[in-house]
Amino acid sequence: MNKAVRSCAFATLALLAGCATTGPPSPADPFEPWNRGMYEVHQVVDGNLIKPIAQAYVDYTPKPVQQTIRNFFGNIEDMFSAATNLMSGKLDQAGNDMGRVMVNTLFGIGGLIDVASDGAIPKSDWDFGLAFGSWGIPQGPYLFVPLIGPTTVRDGTGLAIRGYLGPVGYIPDVPARNVLYVIEGVDLRAQALSAESVIDTAAIDRYRFIRRAYLQHRQYQLYEGKVPPEKEEE
Amino acid sequence: MTIAIRIVCAICVAAFASVANAQEAPDALVKRVSQDVLQTIKSDPKIQAGDQARIREVMESKLAPNFDFERMTALAMGRNWRQATPEQQKRLTQEFKTLLVRTYSGALTQYRDQTIDYKPLRADANATDVVVRTEVVRQGQQPVQIDYGMEKKDGQWKAYDVVVGGVSLVTNYRDEFNEQVRAGGIDGLIKTLAQKNSGAAK
Repeated sequence: MNKAVRSCAFATLALLAGCATTGPPSPADPFEPWNRGMYEVHQVVDGNLIKPIAQAYVDYTPKPVQQTIRNFFGNIEDMFSAATNLMSGKLDQAGNDMGRVMVNTLFGIGGLIDVASDGAIPKSDWDFGLAFGSWGIPQGPYLFVPLIGPTTVRDGTGLAIRGYLGPVGYIPDVPARNVLYVIEGVDLRAQALSAESVIDTAAIDRYRFIRRAYLQHRQYQLYEGKVPPEKEEE
Repeated sequence: MTIAIRIVCAICVAAFASVANAQEAPDALVKRVSQDVLQTIKSDPKIQAGDQARIREVMESKLAPNFDFERMTALAMGRNWRQATPEQQKRLTQEFKTLLVRTYSGALTQYRDQTIDYKPLRADANATDVVVRTEVVRQGQQPVQIDYGMEKKDGQWKAYDVVVGGVSLVTNYRDEFNEQVRAGGIDGLIKTLAQKNSGAAK
């Protein structure tokens, strides 16, 4: 398993290096030609399979069921948010996250109900990528990964660590694990649908629009909304 | 006599209305306009039936007067704005306005069932450039921040930027516009925008 991941990473790096020769148009995206290729791959797989499933899920699953599923996975994410907030030294947020996990696990039937939000313990959604950012590690080159979407070397590393830590991956029962993976994936994809419809209206070049939106949004998360607003360029 | 009184009354009402309008604080303006628009989205039968033209009509009449589209276009264009002739600037603003109104109405429609929290404005009373912060509250998820960059011009507050979750609906176009201008000049950009608008009008 580990070996496979490693050789896959090497193959990716080799391909990236091969593509880097075609003049970089954006400093944040030196691998644009490669990324655009991956973006096309993603569009085909996503547009024909995953997006329709996510859309059907949103249209035909009762809203309370969707909410419950979202709460369940959200509760797991809150644990990682607590850990990564600690890594960033953000004790208040880490405390909030831990409080959320405790309240929701105990009183929300193992995280199925988000009691904590009703009790106004705010969700923080911190992650490994942001923790690295808070240590001053820059984003590094932008990457578009099929099925995962926009990311960067830094954020992607964070995602890989997050994926490695499970906990769904550690469930010994393979069918149960796979079912959970699928539900989690569909829920994640469904969450992106509304933003995506706005992008479809707004974007001229969708690839470029998503890139800029992703990088701006991550910057905004990292600075907790206190990024100085952009002014007219000279 | 009665006609004279009526005219005087009408003038008084008009004057009062415009004074009230001019003194409306930017955060109050954002709240009033978004609530008005959301209310219309929720209650208008044509919009409920998914009539896109009607949605745009409402947005055009209720939202558009509160935006400074020329400033928005200049922001999105960056340094290329000054290279455009006044005629080109006019056409760019026109096309960009259409695109922005459509995008913004799409974004608002997405959030129509959610609660919007209007944050109190933290700014000097004499400030002429402020950020009005709002938050869309979603159950079980982190709230989405929608911030409005607003400027007071001739006694009237107008928005020149809408920032959703840190993503500016205006400056997000800068890479795109630069690239279009580089490839096809200002006229190339106008053409692309017009095509985008007419393609999406269906």
